[in-house]
Amino acid sequence: MIAQNIAFYLLAAAIVGAAARLVTTKNVVRAALFLAIVLGGTAGIFILLAAEFVAWVQVLVYVGAVVVLLLFGVMLTRAPIGRESDLDNDKRWTAALVSVFLLGALVAMLSDAFGSQEISFGRIQRTAEVADSIFGVYVIPFELASILLLAALVGAVALARRD
Amino acid sequence: MMLNQFLILAAVLFCLGVYGVLARKNAVLVLMSIELMLNAVNINLIAFGAFRDNVIGQVFSLFVIAVAAAEVGVGLAIVLLIYRNRANIDLDQSDLMKG
Repeated sequence: MIAQNIAFYLLAAAIVGAAARLVTTKNVVRAALFLAIVLGGTAGIFILLAAEFVAWVQVLVYVGAVVVLLLFGVMLTRAPIGRESDLDNDKRWTAALVSVFLLGALVAMLSDAFGSQEISFGRIQRTAEVADSIFGVYVIPFELASILLLAALVGAVALARRD
Repeated sequence: MMLNQFLILAAVLFCLGVYGVLARKNAVLVLMSIELMLNAVNINLIAFGAFRDNVIGQVFSLFVIAVAAAEVGVGLAIVLLIYRNRANIDLDQSDLMKG
């Protein structure tokens, strides 16, 4: 348990530090790389929670596809590649106030509700059980997800093509 | 491990995402901040799945990942269209529908 806690706090420090830099950095490309660090660290957290299939899906879909897609977005919109001071709007302090207040409320509520609960890793959840669940009980949401992905594909092409 | 340490990590990530969405005006950076919030939700789902000792948390986080992939594709297409029509992706200037 101690090794897991050390791994958790290392990963959490990396994730929170990279996320804080992501929302404050002056460089769009660097922000995408910080996003990759956050997503990879989250995959590590999933492995700590014994969800290795979701962790690898996270690495494939997020770090592999979404970050590359966002980098393509940066390139195609010709966002300035170097430092730029014009990425934030003038409501920055209000935004910081809102998010600090939200964080305080969430932390107070969570420590009140789940303060002393421990995760006891009993039985290992095998990937086969995840697959049984997706293709058994949740087969209709699964098919709906395929329709959603098809609609998003067609919609993205229809929006972005030149005519 | 405590359940709360995962939930508070997710809360911190979510609040950083909220700050990014509210404070950034570059549309691509706003999309990145939305990804931060979706990730926080995934951490919560997996943590509760491990806590309740069933696989439903993992199943739902897979669905969230699929929806997030669709969202970022359509979102970037919209950003590209805004860029093509207005030559910048500054969200403060996209206020045509403001009353």
